[in-house]
Order: sequence, then structure tokens, then C-alpha cells
Amino acid sequence: MKTDTPKLIAAVLLGLLAFLQDACNKNGSSNNKMTGDDAKNAQASYVPPGQKDEYYLFYSGGHSGQVFVAGIPSMRHIATIPVFSPYSGTGYGYDIETKKMLGDYTWGDVHHPALSQTNSEYDGRWLFVNDNANNRVARIDLRDFKTKQILGPIPNSMGNHGSSFVTENTEYILVATRFSVPLPKGRVADPNDYATQFNGMVSGIKVDPATGQMSVGWQILTPPFDWDLGSTGKGPSSGWAFWTSYNSEMAHNVLETNASQKDRDYAAIVNWRAAEKAVAEGKATMMDGVPVIDPAKVPGVLYFVDIAKSPHGMDVDPSGKWVVAGGKLQPTTTVINFEKLQKAIANKDFVHGGDVRGIPLLEHHDVVEGEVPVGLGPLHTQYDGLGNAYTSLFIDSQVAKWKLPPWTDEEKKDLTKVVLDKIPVHYSIGHLVVAGSDTAHPYGKWLVAMNKLSKGRHLSVGPSQPEDSQLIDITGAKMKMIYETFTEPEPHFAQILKADKIQPIEVYPKDENKDPNAIWEAAQAGQTRNGDGVDAKVTAIRSRFVPDRIDARVGDTLTVHVTNIEQSADMIHGFGLVEHNINLVIDPGETRTFQVKLTKPGVYPFYCTNFCSALHQEMQGYLVVKNEGAAEPASESVNPASIPPAPKTDAVQGEPAVPATSLPAVPNNTPPPPRPPAAASTSPTP
Amino acid sequence: MQPARVPGARAGFPANNMPTFLHREFRFLHKSLNLWSRLCLLAAAITVVISVLFPLWKLHLVAPQYSNGLVMQIYAYKIHGGGLNGNDINEINNLNHYIGMKKIDQADFTEMQIMPFMFGVFILLALRGIVMGEMKNVVDLFVLAAYFGAFSIGAFYYRLYWYGHNLDPHAPVHIQPFTPLIFGTQKIANFTQSSYPELGTYLLWVFMALLILAIWFSRKEEAQAV
Repeated sequence: MKTDTPKLIAAVLLGLLAFLQDACNKNGSSNNKMTGDDAKNAQASYVPPGQKDEYYLFYSGGHSGQVFVAGIPSMRHIATIPVFSPYSGTGYGYDIETKKMLGDYTWGDVHHPALSQTNSEYDGRWLFVNDNANNRVARIDLRDFKTKQILGPIPNSMGNHGSSFVTENTEYILVATRFSVPLPKGRVADPNDYATQFNGMVSGIKVDPATGQMSVGWQILTPPFDWDLGSTGKGPSSGWAFWTSYNSEMAHNVLETNASQKDRDYAAIVNWRAAEKAVAEGKATMMDGVPVIDPAKVPGVLYFVDIAKSPHGMDVDPSGKWVVAGGKLQPTTTVINFEKLQKAIANKDFVHGGDVRGIPLLEHHDVVEGEVPVGLGPLHTQYDGLGNAYTSLFIDSQVAKWKLPPWTDEEKKDLTKVVLDKIPVHYSIGHLVVAGSDTAHPYGKWLVAMNKLSKGRHLSVGPSQPEDSQLIDITGAKMKMIYETFTEPEPHFAQILKADKIQPIEVYPKDENKDPNAIWEAAQAGQTRNGDGVDAKVTAIRSRFVPDRIDARVGDTLTVHVTNIEQSADMIHGFGLVEHNINLVIDPGETRTFQVKLTKPGVYPFYCTNFCSALHQEMQGYLVVKNEGAAEPASESVNPASIPPAPKTDAVQGEPAVPATSLPAVPNNTPPPPRPPAAASTSPTP
Repeated sequence: MQPARVPGARAGFPANNMPTFLHREFRFLHKSLNLWSRLCLLAAAITVVISVLFPLWKLHLVAPQYSNGLVMQIYAYKIHGGGLNGNDINEINNLNHYIGMKKIDQADFTEMQIMPFMFGVFILLALRGIVMGEMKNVVDLFVLAAYFGAFSIGAFYYRLYWYGHNLDPHAPVHIQPFTPLIFGTQKIANFTQSSYPELGTYLLWVFMALLILAIWFSRKEEAQAV
């Protein structure tokens, strides 16, 4: 073949030009020129300063162990709620209470937040999140946006991915295992014996309707498939729950290929009300303290249906009639008709001789309404309540909008006709969320695409790249890209709540503080010694701690209870103790307590870490730690309140400056000079 | 309309020896109160009762970070803070401590004990006027109320002066002693302070006006047996 030289040169030149232009775009200052509908779209998401968003967006923080709160439509990040990871920003994991809640873990993997529901509507009480890593679930109270309980590790449950799915009246948080292990946990078996020795589990985490307190209710033993994602029924499917799975091959190694051999995997259809009843009737056996149902022996609790292929999401629509599984490795979503499913179960139309380890397998064709060719890598499906479904396409990097059944005969013949619209997202979308999709009456209006890869669409921050979230307007026939933002790792699923559904408190009312160590008057502040324990009760108010001196000895266990006696919104105080890895953050009206074993002598300042006032810098004090066996300082057990204006007597104010070289002359164990009476009038006037 | 003569009313002062002016005054003070005047007195008594339920004065402090403002309302018997659980008082005190101002504490306000007592006296005197039915009863009450009103305003002003002039010299922020406005709006540092009467005070003005009306209605009545 002859080469056309001039054309080649031209092509190379053009390519070079394009490269240069590209390089200029990347390196040059931003040239954000608006084109097309940009200005209009900007208006759609713009919330002027001083105004508030219409919706809350709660997105999971993935392996950051946190939950992020943003507003819609602005997508502004408003707060981070630490759940499974310490977060010094809010003092989470530094005080006794939150430390105890975290246990020995310093991280978790938050995937699927779920708002509490009443009658399949968000009731604005709690947000539940799962920890994929350490098999836990947590409850956040939406009254104060704080984590209130962490339950787990859940016994007999490994890899808490298929959670947390709230039932229609928040009776249960339903949980299924991603990993299978020999059960009960702690038992060792050879992974080569995976199929016979390993098991998965579906758990019903009971929620106290009044307090939200969670406890493990019951469990259903399953074959060692990898349960993936699920959802709970409503309306006609009330009392049921659904999960997809991969690895029906029951591979234990090289899952990438070995778990992708079959064209279909099993979805689990769980009658959780039947499970609850079976446990009440004593049909469960105890394993590690939990009543466990063997579904092979207790019929009516668990059914399987095979769907394509290595499916991922499993989402019930607002009517409760359609359950949609994302094919992941097959470019379709499988729409299960719950009425057909019920009929098949009632008629025992099971696959002939085709039970799976004693669990009935439903005939695919009996229960499936159709498989919609939505595109490549369908993962999750959300609904707008208007008969439309929105499926994330991981491989295509798109969202597909399609029409739920009922379909016309013509549509049924060619289901490409029900796919209404597609919009590109950037890039490799995982979950997506439509406002209120998992309720009986979605808000619709907005869709947030949570994309796994941002691939440099942001200012470069080095190789550790953030995730990408995009706001899409779904009110029209065509989806419209409105806004893009970037988040820390790593949102999986999210929930959207209408802002007026909740009225969070802004301060903890004094009357509600039941902490036995809370004090409200500076006169009650002070420290007491009990053997090797020193207990200090401290008040914090703009701009002082009382007392602002704590005395202890090496070897003591120091317990400090700090009460923020403010009752004004946003008057938050911190209590950072230097070189002791302590930072409390105390909201107005709150009491927080830390405990630390004192191991080194010295004088350690503590100070307010959360900016509070013009004299925030002055809000500080000293922890004096003397060597063991030192004489009791005269003032130690008294430590009177040092307000108003603390007499500046401990300091050597007014005396000539001592040369630094002579400082070591004062040994650590010298008692401090006695304090004069703490009255303002006696304070020497300079 | 001639109201019934009230039993026990004294009459027959020797008027003849008096100068004309005083005589006229004397006669005026002994005029009988007609029904309208007595109804005015009843309304006046009721107005005082109602005024206790409402704040007399309101101090309002607005700053950028307190966009809704901090509110302190003065009732006849209490100081009431705005905000959650009346927290605005704590907040005002907390801010004032930076300039060394003494805490506003209801216990320090002896007026709060005197005022309900005085209101009770007003009510009793008004009722007494209805029963006694003489002009002088109304005039006594009016004079007493006017004096008390003026005294209260003066005392209130002195309070404000006292708070603004007894600043702790060791306070973190030194400012020139000042008197917070009693009536009007002014700027203090980042705060816009406004101070205005509230419904309770307006009702007391209505009370005074009703007393004047009571006098007016009976201005042409006959003196009682003079």
C-alpha cells in the first residue's frame, strides 16, 4: 500500500495541534466557558448564599467508614457523620462512649444507607448503615445526626454487603452475607470443602420501634453463594425481601472466572414474616446465640429463582409489584412479576426435581415478566413513581431510563422499545439514587449518579483521585445533566430525604442531659481523687474552662467530664489535650468524657479546638502531671472555680524574667504556691 | 344619668371660706361619677390585669451572627429571654461578660416584686372608685399611676445606666461606660440595639387614657352634696 505523505504529515500536525491544545486546557487556568444549556442548568442547581437546599442527600462514605450529608440541588457537602471510623473533627472515637461503640475497629466499609420507614414512607427518624468489612450495622439518629448504636460483628454473618435494607415499618434491618465461611465463626475448614463446609446467612436485625435499638432477631442459613444486593417488599410484596447472588458455582478461588461460569445465578426470595413466625414457633436452632432457621427444613421461608448473570442490584419498585435485577454480566435487567411469583409458589410450580439443597427453585419463565436490554453492565435500578425505571450501566457509563410493565404486546415482542432514554455519566457508574425511590411514593425529580471513576475531570490532586457524583434532572422526557461534584472515597448507595421531613435539634436542651457527670455551674466544677483515679468535672463556655488547671500524678487514670454549658446554636467547644491523643468536641448542652492513663510527667496544655469566640485562643488550661510519689499539692483536692476573672497568681506575672538556663532549678514535684481566695476584688490590679 | 348616691360618702365641707379657684377644684373633686365613668374604671381595672400577661418592654440585639436577634422582654413580674428555653438571656449575659457587665439576674430586680403589687393597688383603687363614685377617687388613682409610671421609667433608666457603668475593670474587653438606650435604636459594636415598649406598656397607657375618660365623662356631673 502506498503512503500518502502529505496527508500523513497533515494528520501528524493536526494530531500535534490537538495535543497542544489539550495540554493547554489541562495546564492553563480554567476557561469555564458556558455553552448551550449550561447557564440554565446552573440555575437549576444554584442555591444562593443564605438559602437552603430542598433535599438531604445521605451518601455512604464507603471504606472511610463515614456518611456524607449534602444538599440537593446544590450538591454542597454539609456534614460528615462518622460512623465506623474515628473522626477528630467531631471528636468521634475519642470519648469513652464513642470509643466503646467503635470497639477495637478503626474503620468500616459503609455501603448502603437506609432511612427508616413507616408504611413504606420515610419517617425521618433514623438512618441505618452497614459495615461490609466487620459485619456491623449502625443507627444514626436524624434528630442530632449522630451515630447512636453500632451492632456487631453480627454472629454467623461474614461480609455484610447485602444490607441494610429496612422493612416497610422498620421492623427489621435485613442483612445478607457477601462472604461464606465455616459457621459458627471461628470454626476452621478447608476452603477446598467450600460447598459442604461453608455457608452464607440472611439475618433479620430487629429494631425496637420506640428507641431504634437494634438486636439480632433471627437468621436463615443459606448455601455458600455470595449474596449481593437486595431490597424489601411493599404493597403486594409486603413481608418479602429479595437478594441477588453471584457464585452459584460455589467457587472458593479465582472468583473472577470461577464464579462467572454459569449463565444464571440465583436470586433469593425470602418471606421474612414466615421466618419470624417459624422462629416464634421454635423451628430454629441456636447457633452462637442466634436462632437459625434451616430453610430446607422449614418450608415457606426461602425460594430461589435463577436470573442472568452474576446479577447485582435487586430493587423493588414503588408499587411493590416489580422486582428488577441488574444483570451485570448480561446487558439486561430481569423484571420479576411478584404476582406471578406468588402464584408459582402457591401452585408449587417449582423446577422439576430442581430444588437447590432442599430449597425450592422457581421456574424462571413462570415469574419473569421480561428481560429489558438496557445496555452493558446494568447494576442498580431506581424509580420515579411515574412508571419509569432508571438503571445504572457500569460498563457503558450511562444511565438508562426505561418503562416498567405493563407493556403492550408490541413492546413485549421487542423490549428495546421500552428503553426511553440514555445519558452518559463520568465514569463507570455504580449506584444511582432517585429521590425516595425505595418508598411507595418517590419524590422523583432528581437522580444522583455515583460514579466510581472521575479520571481527572477535577483539578488534579495526584493519583489518589476522588469519586464523581452527578446530578441529573429527571423531570422531563429526556434526562438532563445538571451538576457534577467530587467526593471523598467512596459513596456507594445513597438516600434522598425531603428537608422538611425532619427538624433536627440545634442544641441539646439542658433538661435532657442525663449524664450523671454533667455540671452546669462553674461552682460545681473541680477534681476529686480516688486512689489512682482523678476525676475532673469541667465546664466549657465562651471563653474558658473551669477549672483550667487539673493536677494529677504519673500512673493516674485521669477521667475528665466536660460539659458544654452553652445553650446557643453552633457554640461548640473542643477539648484537645496535647500529646495525649485526646480531642473531645462537645456540642451545646452535651457532656463528653475521656479517660487517659497518665504515663509521663510534665505540664500539658489543654485548649478549645473548635473555634468558639474572639477569645477562643485564650480558652485553655493546664494538666499538671507530677512524678509518682510526689507530695500532694495543697490545693489539689479543692480546686475552686476560678471565675470570675481568675486571679493570675499561679503565674509569675510581674516578676523579673528568669533566664532560661536557670529553669531546671524547679523540680517537677514542687507543690504550686497556694491560691488566694477566688474573688475578683482580690485580684491584683496591674 | 344620675348614679345612685353611694352610702357613706362624706359631704358638707365648709366651702364658703375658700378662694374661688380652690373652691372650684374642691367641687370638681367631689363630683359624682356617672355610669360611663364607672364603666371606664372597670375597663381600666381589666386593662391592668391583662397588661400583666404581656411584656412591658423589649430589648432587641441584632448582629450578623445573630440574624434573628437576641431578645429580652421585661414583664411586670419577670424577665423573659427569647430563643430556646429563654436562652437569649444567657447568651446576652455571656456576651456581656466580655465587657465585664454584671449578669442580668431576675433576682436583682426588686421592681419585679413591687410592680405586681402596685398593679394590684391600681386595680383595687379603680374598683374603689366604682363603689365610692367620686371624682377624687379617679384623680388619686391617676396621680398615683402617673407617679409610679414615671418612677418606673426612671428606675429602669437607672438600671440601664448602672449596668453600663459598673463594668468589671478586669474584663477582657475594655469599653467606655455607656447607657443602653431605653427608647430607640443604636449601634453598640457589632450589635444594633433597639429598645421599645411592648403591648403591656401600651395597655398601661390605655389604662391611663381610660382614667382620663372617666374624668371626662363626669366633668359636668353634680358634686356630691357639697
